[in-house]
Amino acid sequence: MPEPYVPPASGVELAETESIASAVPRSHLSFRDLLSEATVALTARPARTLLTALGTILGVAALVATLGLAKTAGNQIVSRFDELEATSVIVRPPQDRGQDPRGQNQQQVSSIPWDAGDRLQRLNGVVAAGTKSDVSVGNALARSVPLIDPLGQSEFQIPVIAVSPGLFGAVRTELATGRVFDDGHNQRGDNVAVLGPGAARRLNVTRVDNSPAIFIGDTTLAVVGIIEDVAREPELLNAIIIPDGFARQRFALEAPAEVQVEVQIGAAELIGGQAAVALSPNDPTQLRVSLPPSPRQVRSSVESDVNALFLVLGGVSLLVGAIGIANVTLVSVLERTGEIGLRRALGATRRHVAAQFLFESAALGALAGLLGTSLGILTVVAVSANREWTPVLDAWLPFVAPVIGAAIGLLAGTYPAWKASATEPIAALRATG
Amino acid sequence: MANAAGPAPVVELERVARVFPGTPPVEALKATDLVIHEGDYIAIVGPSGSGKSTLLHILGLLDQPSAGIYRIDGIDTQELGERERAGVRSARIGFVFQSFHLLNHRSTIENVMLAEIYRPGSRAKRRDRAIEALEQVGLGHRLTSFPTTLSGGERQRVAVARALVGEPSLLLADEPTGNLDSGTSAQILDLFDDLHAEGLTLAVITHDGDVSARAKRQVRIRDGVVTPVTAGAEHA
Ligand SMILES: Nc1ncnc2c1ncn2[C@@H]1O[C@H](COP(=O)(O)OP(=O)(O)OP(=O)(O)O)[C@@H](O)[C@H]1O
Ligand SMILES: [Mg+2]
Repeated sequence: MPEPYVPPASGVELAETESIASAVPRSHLSFRDLLSEATVALTARPARTLLTALGTILGVAALVATLGLAKTAGNQIVSRFDELEATSVIVRPPQDRGQDPRGQNQQQVSSIPWDAGDRLQRLNGVVAAGTKSDVSVGNALARSVPLIDPLGQSEFQIPVIAVSPGLFGAVRTELATGRVFDDGHNQRGDNVAVLGPGAARRLNVTRVDNSPAIFIGDTTLAVVGIIEDVAREPELLNAIIIPDGFARQRFALEAPAEVQVEVQIGAAELIGGQAAVALSPNDPTQLRVSLPPSPRQVRSSVESDVNALFLVLGGVSLLVGAIGIANVTLVSVLERTGEIGLRRALGATRRHVAAQFLFESAALGALAGLLGTSLGILTVVAVSANREWTPVLDAWLPFVAPVIGAAIGLLAGTYPAWKASATEPIAALRATG
Repeated sequence: MANAAGPAPVVELERVARVFPGTPPVEALKATDLVIHEGDYIAIVGPSGSGKSTLLHILGLLDQPSAGIYRIDGIDTQELGERERAGVRSARIGFVFQSFHLLNHRSTIENVMLAEIYRPGSRAKRRDRAIEALEQVGLGHRLTSFPTTLSGGERQRVAVARALVGEPSLLLADEPTGNLDSGTSAQILDLFDDLHAEGLTLAVITHDGDVSARAKRQVRIRDGVVTPVTAGAEHA
């Protein structure tokens, strides 16, 4: 029943606009109704909703997966060379004097002492340390048979490297057979050798039970062990490795060329400083100390490289997804012209119509974001499982991705919503439906 | 009806005209005076293109007159903003269209409940009011059916129920039986008779003589000019 109408003139004290406002109902759309309208619209045709959202689902999934995989892979790369590099410190003598062949008989000997490995071993944080030097053997060739076979090649140019026993630990030596030489061998200057796998193959030495002899020129060496692998200083793999002590006596090695130190994780910086002092107390700054790169730097550079590339890919797929939503929403605005007219007749304002379509596309986007995030995380987990990686994901990602989806839906819905709100109710009602 | 001190006017048109701009401009509705009182049942008849829908759109606040004054329940519609016009539409006017305009993916009751979402007020009783309206049109047993499973006459009755929710001041129907056969048309017209008997104010646009014959008052419209058919007092 119509309410009794009070003419504006009778509201003496009220401004005219106020009296009209009090007499006239204002159109109103509650958030709950907006929400339920959007829900009904999206769930009425679930297959269509899903197809509309597909582009955005894939886009968000791609984004989440690439971010997650970049993080996971970056972490993986870092943890690999972290572990090896972060625990390696190398000390070398000053460049000019070490490399000047005419300075051989001068002060240079004092740069790195022969007992460098033992001295560093005493430092807290050092796991193992040993010296390592290339030995010059002139043109002498290595062979494993005393007599030269004129038919087959049995003599080879094989590098000879002198080490202190501690070096085997410092490069994480794995033995294939036999053993490495010890301090006793070194101090006595015994003519023993350990072969890298490459050298052993060329010299055709496979067993060391009887300490088989090899020859470098006219020098005889007893092979006590064969290496399987080393984690550092891979040139050892192709070399004949002899004790420092023997190299000094037989090949006139003047001084160690470097000290390889394996330190505990996190101790590199500290040991770097202490090592120079321990080895050259009078002139520590003369020694060159190589420290591993800071792990943090490595990580961030790897991540940003990978991320930049994949983010572009994810962004492109999101754009495609947004166009998909915009496209279908626009089509549905045209399809639902009759509904728009009806809603206007039922009291919707232009804003209400726009809000409804915006809300629908935003909800669609959020839904797509949610599904895409799940899909992306599944991908990260699946790839990680396949590669035996540890999946790593930024904690904010699963929360931000649906928001990104909603934002995309909102953006994509803007033009269709505007189009819907601009539809004249009369024209819309003329449409059947 | 001849008595000026009778029921309050629901609709008052004073020299209302509608010109569609163009070359040449179309004068779809020429200066029209029309009063519809509370409880009236008026039929607007006229040939195609005569301006029936134009008049109905103005009455329904879906369109604005180019000239003249339109008051509904005494409210001068010229002074209203978009939100108030929409509010009046929602609260005081019920529409029934030739093509029903039901949402196919919603059940009967949801279609009827849609009438109230743009109104301020409680959601709590919305369902009850929708059920009541559907019972009023004789569809209390089809609450959860979908429009696609209903006959044309049933669909139009759902649309009438939607127009009735919240007790509008005026029910506007544009060719309500245009898509129905004569049997189902009669059902809708019977329903209109009942609603009229209960005191509802109705304005029905039609080509159909059977439809207009049911109304208590008829106005004829030709080339945008409105003239009363049944003798009755018109208050300017
Ligand atoms: N938006 C518009 N722009 C221009 N002319 C219009 C517009 N809407 C209606 N007209 C014209 O106004 C006149 C009246 O149209 P209206 O729709 O009111 O006719 P009607 O009586 O409802 O006809 P029908 O019975 O065919 O529905 C017609 O000549 C029509 O062409
Ligand atoms: Mg018409």
